[in-house]
Amino acid sequence: MENSFMIKTTELVKIYSMGWKKLAALDHVSLNFAKAEFTGVVGPSGSGKTTLLNIIGSLDTPTEGSANVLGKKVEDLSNRQAAALRNQGIGFIFQTFNLLPVYTVFENVEFPLLLLGLSADERKEKVIQALEWVNLGERAKSKPAQLSGGECQRVAIARAVVKKPAIILADEPTANLDAENSHNILKTMEELNRVLKTTFIFATHDEKVISYIRRKITLVDGKVAKDEAVNPTRAEGIG
Amino acid sequence: MVIPRLALKNLLGAGLRTWLNVVVLSFAFVAIIGLQGIYDGMNNQAVHALTDAEYGGGQYWQENYDPYEPLSLPDAHAPLPEALIGLKNEGLAAPVLIVQGTIYPSGRIQPVLIKGIDPAQSLLSIPTHFLAREDVDLPALIGTRMAKNAGLKKGDTITVRWRDAQGTFDARDAHIVEIMRTTAQSVDRGQIWVPLKKIQKLARMPNEASLVVLAQDTEPLKEGLAGWDFKNLEFLLKDITELVEAKTIGGSIMYVILLLLAMLAIFNTQVLSIFRRRKEMGTLMALGFTRPKVIQLFTLEGAMHGVLAAVVAAIYGTPLLVLFAKKGWAMPDNVDSYGFAIGDTLLPTYGAGLIIGTTVLVLVVTTIVSFLPTRKIAKLKPTDALRGRMS
Repeated sequence: MENSFMIKTTELVKIYSMGWKKLAALDHVSLNFAKAEFTGVVGPSGSGKTTLLNIIGSLDTPTEGSANVLGKKVEDLSNRQAAALRNQGIGFIFQTFNLLPVYTVFENVEFPLLLLGLSADERKEKVIQALEWVNLGERAKSKPAQLSGGECQRVAIARAVVKKPAIILADEPTANLDAENSHNILKTMEELNRVLKTTFIFATHDEKVISYIRRKITLVDGKVAKDEAVNPTRAEGIG
Repeated sequence: MVIPRLALKNLLGAGLRTWLNVVVLSFAFVAIIGLQGIYDGMNNQAVHALTDAEYGGGQYWQENYDPYEPLSLPDAHAPLPEALIGLKNEGLAAPVLIVQGTIYPSGRIQPVLIKGIDPAQSLLSIPTHFLAREDVDLPALIGTRMAKNAGLKKGDTITVRWRDAQGTFDARDAHIVEIMRTTAQSVDRGQIWVPLKKIQKLARMPNEASLVVLAQDTEPLKEGLAGWDFKNLEFLLKDITELVEAKTIGGSIMYVILLLLAMLAIFNTQVLSIFRRRKEMGTLMALGFTRPKVIQLFTLEGAMHGVLAAVVAAIYGTPLLVLFAKKGWAMPDNVDSYGFAIGDTLLPTYGAGLIIGTTVLVLVVTTIVSFLPTRKIAKLKPTDALRGRMS
């Protein structure tokens, strides 16, 4: 069964040094994530949600323990290998969208494909498809500054899914959005999870997000306080 | 191609900030090329004026001749060797006999060099054909500076005194047949030109000369020249070359300041960029950029200021400098006292070497200045960058 997990963390510890003081952001966290999960990591501020996502996303390394992501041990990866893993296997969605301001919507979504070295025709086809998924086909030529917050986050989703990564990590994706936009975004992600079988992991404390996820991992002080299935009525991604 | 494309986008996307840097840098471009062109033009004009009017393709000096030692002049003459006579007959050499003398303009005594030259010579741009006049005993040609200094004008008669080969004083009245205008002071100030045969006879130095000017692009002789030393143009132009170099160094300070100002603007922009765009760096890393790639991107962005500046400089600089090179720069009268044979108008010279060299210099310096602040990125953690923090 172990091989079927996309992500497996074992006794993950992350300690930050704050001067002379050591702060354990993650304290022996062991979790498994399967393909097409729609999971939320919840907890109060400082509970280690973002740290966990950063390690899974190979943006950071654990102080102790191991994080196996798509068959690669994050702690053993060189900078180049970590960048390749992020480029090929992981999509990120950020709270503040993090779109490249000088690029158009089309170019922002196209960017990960450029790094993958796809041809212009392939890129165009995939970008158009991704923009259709998030209903932004008509805003392809707009710059991020011309978009609303909801539209920006939809562009960020399109950018994350365009390369069809195995995993999408979303850190507080609805924190800057109003209720209507949050629901639209979440519906879009839920649909993509269903269609593309992408594993979504959210770091959130937004109740709206929690109402969409199917698995809820609660972190408190860097430890897994609860790991439970929730919202059984929501559509199952696998299938 | 991702990095150049993104760099160009970012650069153009930065709008006014980019264009301010580019315009300042383009000023530096045009100023460096413009100023250096002036020095090159000055150098070329001086070298041409001196080679045309005095040095030709080099000179043979009688072994005692030393232009910096006036006391050597009485002994600095000798009959021409056969080899040089051969060159002279072919029109490839022009002998000059130099005798120390004095003139007495307006009752004053003034030391001069009496220079004898063949009136038929055509190697030097001195209008010696005026010396071919038969109706006067001793025709003399002087330059405008000499004329002004001695208060002489065309048609005047002036007493000239000298010592001949035996040390006997002799004198004649010389008739000023022409006042020549030349940019080369060294064939003008403190000297009068007379027919070679005349002075050879009067100074009792028949068939002798102090120096022989070789025609330009003529190979110097290697044998049969005992007692005569060949001085090539590198030697003869050493003073003017050093003078131009000294002036060039002085002038360089100005464009170094301009370049530094432009570089400071770019450095400042880069530092600001790196601090303000940390989140963007984090995003790029999250999307799969490695840190070296981010460094490349930011360095290239900075370096592209240089490329854009070169383009902008070409747009307004080319017509400006072409016009300048055509019209030249009118020189005030007192420029003559600087020691340069420039003339009334200085025509700048903009060679390919200067333009390519300046472009490469500016691009290299811009790239280095752009790279220096980006070294901070090498230590940047993606997580810190995404939070907008510097590691």
